[in-house]
Amino acid sequence: MTMEIKLKLNGKILCGQIEPDCLLIDFLREHGCYSVKRGCETSNCGLCTVLMDGKPVLSCSILAARADGRDVQTLEGLQAEAEDFVGFIADQGAEQCGFCNPGFVMNTIALLRENPDPTDDEIRAFLAGNLCRCSGYEGQLRGIRNYLNSRKG
Amino acid sequence: MEQKEYQSINKSVRKKDAMQLLLGKPVYVDDVVPGKPLVVKLLRSPHANAIVQEIRCETAKKVPGVVDIFTWEDVPSNRFTIAGQTYPEPSPYDRLIIDRHVRFSGDVVAIIAAETEKAALKAMKLIKVSYQVLDAVLDFRTAKDNPVLVHPEEDWFPPCEVGGSNKRNLVASDVSSHGDVEAVMASCDVVIDNTYHTKAFNQAMMETFRTYTELDRYGRLHVISSTQIVFHCRRILSRALGIPKSQIRVEKPRIGGGFGAKQSAVCEVYPAFVTMKTGRPAELVYSREESQIAGSPRHEMEIHVRLGANKDGRIRALDLYTLSNTGAYGEHGPTTVGLSGHKSIPLYSSGLEAYRFGYDVVYTNLQAAGAYRGYGATQGIFAVESAVNELAEKLGIDPTVIRDQNMVKEGMTMPAYYNETASACALDRCMEHCRKMFHWEEKYPVRDMGNGKVRAAGVAMAMQGSGIANVDVGSATIKLSEDGTYNLLIGAADMGTGCDTILAQMAAECLDCRVEDVAVFGADTDASPYDSGSYASSTTYVTGKAVEKACGEMKKKICAVAAQMLDCDAGELLFEGKQVRRLGTEQSVSLTDIAYRTQVCSTESATVTGTHSSPVSPPPFMVGMVEIELDKLTGQVTVLDYMAVVDCGTPINPALARIQAEGGIVQGIGHTLMENVTYNSNGRPMESSFMQYKLPTRLDMGKLHVEFENSYEPTGPFGAKSIGEIVINTPAPALAHAIYRATGVWHRELPITPEQIALSLPE
Repeated sequence: MTMEIKLKLNGKILCGQIEPDCLLIDFLREHGCYSVKRGCETSNCGLCTVLMDGKPVLSCSILAARADGRDVQTLEGLQAEAEDFVGFIADQGAEQCGFCNPGFVMNTIALLRENPDPTDDEIRAFLAGNLCRCSGYEGQLRGIRNYLNSRKG
Repeated sequence: MEQKEYQSINKSVRKKDAMQLLLGKPVYVDDVVPGKPLVVKLLRSPHANAIVQEIRCETAKKVPGVVDIFTWEDVPSNRFTIAGQTYPEPSPYDRLIIDRHVRFSGDVVAIIAAETEKAALKAMKLIKVSYQVLDAVLDFRTAKDNPVLVHPEEDWFPPCEVGGSNKRNLVASDVSSHGDVEAVMASCDVVIDNTYHTKAFNQAMMETFRTYTELDRYGRLHVISSTQIVFHCRRILSRALGIPKSQIRVEKPRIGGGFGAKQSAVCEVYPAFVTMKTGRPAELVYSREESQIAGSPRHEMEIHVRLGANKDGRIRALDLYTLSNTGAYGEHGPTTVGLSGHKSIPLYSSGLEAYRFGYDVVYTNLQAAGAYRGYGATQGIFAVESAVNELAEKLGIDPTVIRDQNMVKEGMTMPAYYNETASACALDRCMEHCRKMFHWEEKYPVRDMGNGKVRAAGVAMAMQGSGIANVDVGSATIKLSEDGTYNLLIGAADMGTGCDTILAQMAAECLDCRVEDVAVFGADTDASPYDSGSYASSTTYVTGKAVEKACGEMKKKICAVAAQMLDCDAGELLFEGKQVRRLGTEQSVSLTDIAYRTQVCSTESATVTGTHSSPVSPPPFMVGMVEIELDKLTGQVTVLDYMAVVDCGTPINPALARIQAEGGIVQGIGHTLMENVTYNSNGRPMESSFMQYKLPTRLDMGKLHVEFENSYEPTGPFGAKSIGEIVINTPAPALAHAIYRATGVWHRELPITPEQIALSLPE
């Protein structure tokens, strides 16, 4: 038993045949969006963050069926926006193993769209749901801070 | 101390893979798997100790999409270890791919191979197993000589003699000493006598265990795995499957974190077995739950410390006994335990007159432990550093001053560290630097904030090693390309730490070129030169030296070819990076011409492999200080500031070294304050997901500040030692110290949760 959904994925209209219990993360990876990572199965790690109608959501906790008629963006579709700031994180070496990167980069994009000039505490709070086991977080914060400072010129 | 101006060393260059990772490119196992491999799932035992009496798979095999199901009856009978260690491994050969005797709740009972995950999971429910349930050993304090044996089998086999006996639930046992501990202890003014307990913490790397296997174009077993140990993995698979090493190729793509978890071949044998049986590509991806309950966590240890000192604070004797819980299988059991004493006691080599260190490593019917960053030193340092803090508080001496008085200093011999000399040691400078940076004088006194909250501070020191002395082997192959750039092939595994980049920095420094001119490839058993793998803080120190050697030889080779071309003696030539010049002349040949020359009618290849092993394992050193705010009503501890100063020799890449330190500190904070491991009545960990196993978030770690005090290790590449592991060792003792300062109660068991703190306080 399958059902059909139609959504906009990274700017392109996509029709897909899915099983009703298909999770959005699996649908996205099936369609080549390998940036979307699974780190837990309990909505705790933030690795699978994507934007749905511009809002960050956990794709492991949403049925693909819920994406019907929506606009979904993954890091594959937001390369330029990400490139704007991720180099500053690279300069800190704070990407480390990289497995959590797509999720927290997506959430940082959401943060900066909502609040273009956040304080350090606002950054910590907004990204609190994005776990990273390697970096200790401080380097990621320094990277984002350096980017924000660079924008102020 | 040697101070050199380097071009590529001691520079914070970006990791070579940084932008690929940050932009989410497909670089991990599950991203690079071609087509649709068979999905492999494992049926696990619900019992801690049981014999599979009957297992019926007929109904399960009828599920559409199920390709095959394998049980204990199908697998080879060769016992092996999944510990990634140099042969002969200290870990016992105590595993089968599937054993009829299941030894922990989570042990594998059947391997299911199906076209889809759904079919595999449906089949899993239809496998009928009847178990003969046996009594289980769930408390490691009762394991030794318990009538219930975890490994009663006759073919249990230890490749090394490490004092174990399966008939006693004993994996390893030893005592070492120096001087007369009892006599010195008897003459001490004060003896601190306590027992400390640490749990089986999970590495919780973001990418769970996973492996893809297929038969390659030659019909060989091709394994793509998230592993730190490609060569050990090949050897393990060869033994487990009974196929020659020439028929196996193991490679790793990018790895989503390891921290030692992937120094054991936790999941590789299962899909490999499926591929060998079915001839089809197969993939196994562990769920987070499987990683939590059937992974390779830290060894739970209980450490009894007796520390003897004089009233003036001089530490004269240390006596440690460690009981280590290896769980159901012995991976890394005999070796982790050694570090609990040999990498904690030497911190106090200065006035120590005697030490004794004994241990037992026992089997229990719990999840098997493995390697985790710190590898036993973390547990030992929690115990010894806590005891030293207890001594300081008891004597009313500033705990940083008592350390100044007793710590190991450069040039000293460390009897408890195999009599090695601290040839590079800036621990004294680390302490001084950290004290100033942290404002210890102001923060050490307890401050009541007047709102039910208190602020207090704690301190700890740490050490580790740099590789395993006389064991680890690092190799590097360097190849010259036609445009004068290089390829660097390594067998060490970059698991996110950045070793590909720092090894390229070393090559660039040696070959006087840019880091961008060195392309790095690793690791693949078919293409890489042999390397023990990335563990034991070895890559910078051991493999780094191999890179230095290989590049030195490469320069000679380049000059030899140039000498032919210029028709002169190689001794007259100067290597200048982009070209080779004849001294005192303007005659030169470019690297490009030299490289092309080796491709025409040449008997000289433009390839060199360098190999290195070290007779010593120089310890890095570190001081950590923490300030906390403790809520006396709830027991909640808020970390305000964590400051640390590290001596890793020469930091090859200061940015990456700093991130290592920050990341290690936050893992240590997690183990100390929030990550817990408790068991249900079957011995299965309750904290089986991130819902219960609480990793620190961005809001839990306070502000970190890490700086360096460089020493120069003469046996290391460019004076480098190591950094990867030491950084996890200070938070537990420093935080336990700060909590004591705030509450007057010593907590000697980790983690120290708000409940425990609140319950420990007087009404």
